[in-house]
Amino acid sequence: MSNFISGGFKAYLYRDLLLSVRDKTDLVKPLIFFLLIAALVPLAIAPEAQRLAKLAPGLIWMLAVLATMLSIERLFSDDLNDGSLEQMLLSPNLLIMPVLGKVTAHWLVIGLPLTLLSPVIGIWFSLPSVAVIPMMLSLVLGTAVLSLIGAVGAALTLPRQGGVLLALLVMPLYMPVLIFGSATIQSAVDGLNWIGPLAMLAAFLAIAIALCPLAITAGLRLAKNG
Amino acid sequence: MAVKNILKVENLAFVRNDLVQFEPISFVLSLGESLHLEGANGSGKTTFFQLLIGMLQPSAGKLYFRDQLFKDCRFEYLSDILFIGHQAGVKSALSVEENLRWMSPDNTTPKQITLALKAVELAHYANIPCHNLSAGQHRRVALARLMTSNASLWYLDEPFAALDKQGVDFIESCMQNHLEKGGSIVFSSHQDLAKMAARRYKLTPFQEQS
Repeated sequence: MSNFISGGFKAYLYRDLLLSVRDKTDLVKPLIFFLLIAALVPLAIAPEAQRLAKLAPGLIWMLAVLATMLSIERLFSDDLNDGSLEQMLLSPNLLIMPVLGKVTAHWLVIGLPLTLLSPVIGIWFSLPSVAVIPMMLSLVLGTAVLSLIGAVGAALTLPRQGGVLLALLVMPLYMPVLIFGSATIQSAVDGLNWIGPLAMLAAFLAIAIALCPLAITAGLRLAKNG
Repeated sequence: MAVKNILKVENLAFVRNDLVQFEPISFVLSLGESLHLEGANGSGKTTFFQLLIGMLQPSAGKLYFRDQLFKDCRFEYLSDILFIGHQAGVKSALSVEENLRWMSPDNTTPKQITLALKAVELAHYANIPCHNLSAGQHRRVALARLMTSNASLWYLDEPFAALDKQGVDFIESCMQNHLEKGGSIVFSSHQDLAKMAARRYKLTPFQEQS
C-alpha cells in the first residue's frame, strides 16, 4: 500500500532529470535567456549603480517569472506525443506522486540554477550585499511555486503546447508571487524586516504543493479524455 | 467459485462528434484466451483500446474485470494490465536500457532487463539513445516490456507494425507463452498469425436500424 501513495515520485524525478541532462537545450535556454536580458538591462537603461539598484528587485523577479514560463510549456506535451503520458495515467498508483516528481525535476533544472545564478545578477545590478541572502531565499521558495502553478497551466492547455493561452492562464496566478518576491528583496534593500513577505511566499508554496498536483492530474485526465 | 472470465464487455458503444463509432461490442474473454480484433483502418480499434484502458469513457455499455465493474476495482484492474499502443512511451533521448528500466515494474532486476533486451535482439544497443534506432527497433524496445511485465491481461494495439519476420515470430511465441501461463490477450492486427490460434472479433461500422 505504501507503493500506492509514494510510487512513481523517484522514478519520474530521475527520468525527467536524465532527460534534461541528455537534451541540454531545455536546460540551457531559459538560463541563457535569464542572463542575456540581465546583461542587456545595464546597457539599455544606464550603467549607474544607484538607478540599477532601485530596479534590481523587480527586474530579477520578472526575469525569473519569464524564464519559468518559457520552459514549463513543454513539461507534458512531449510526454503526450510519445505516449508516455498515457502510460503514466495507466499507473494504478496515485497520480499525484509522478506529477510531483516531474514538477520537482523541472524546479531542479530551472528554479534552482536561477537561484544559484542570481547573486551574479545582483552584482551586475549593484544590489546591496545585505539583500543577496533574502533574494536567494525568495527565489528558492518562489520559483517552486512558479513551477507548480505553471504545470497546472501546461496540463490545462494540452494537447496544444501552451503558448499564449498558457501565458494568459498563468500570469494572473504568478502576480502574487512576483509581488511578494520582489517585496522581499526591496524590504532587505530598504533595511526593513524581510521575513514577512518571505513567509508569505512560504505560505504560497505550502498551498501550491497541496492543491496544484490535484489540478494538474485533473487537467491531464481531461486532456486524454477530450 | 473461481472466476474464469477475466474480461467481459457488454454492448460497449462510443459516440464521438454525434457519430456512433462502431457496432456495439460484446464479448467474454477467459483466462488463457486471446482475442484478435480485426477491422478496416478507422473502424475504431484504437478507440476501443482507449475505452478498455479507461482513457475514454464509453457512451453506453459496461466493462467487467473478473466479474466486477471496472470502476469498482480500478486499482486491481490497472495493476493487472499492460497496454502497448502505437505510441508506446519510448523516450528517444534515453538509451534502450533506460527506457526499458523506467517502463518496467519497480522490482525488475537488472538481470531481467538484460534478458529482455537479449530476447528482442537489442543487447548490443543497450546504451544507445533511442533516436538512433530504426522504427522496427523502436517497436522492439516497447515490446521488450512483454518480458518484464507481470500483468495478466495484455492489450496490444498493432504489436506487429514495423516489425520484421523474426520480430513477428518472436512476439507471437511471447504471446503464446503468456497464454500458456494463464494470461489473456486482446490484440489488433491486420495480418494472420502463423502459430497462434486466436478467436477473432471484427469491428464493423455502425448500421442505423430502421
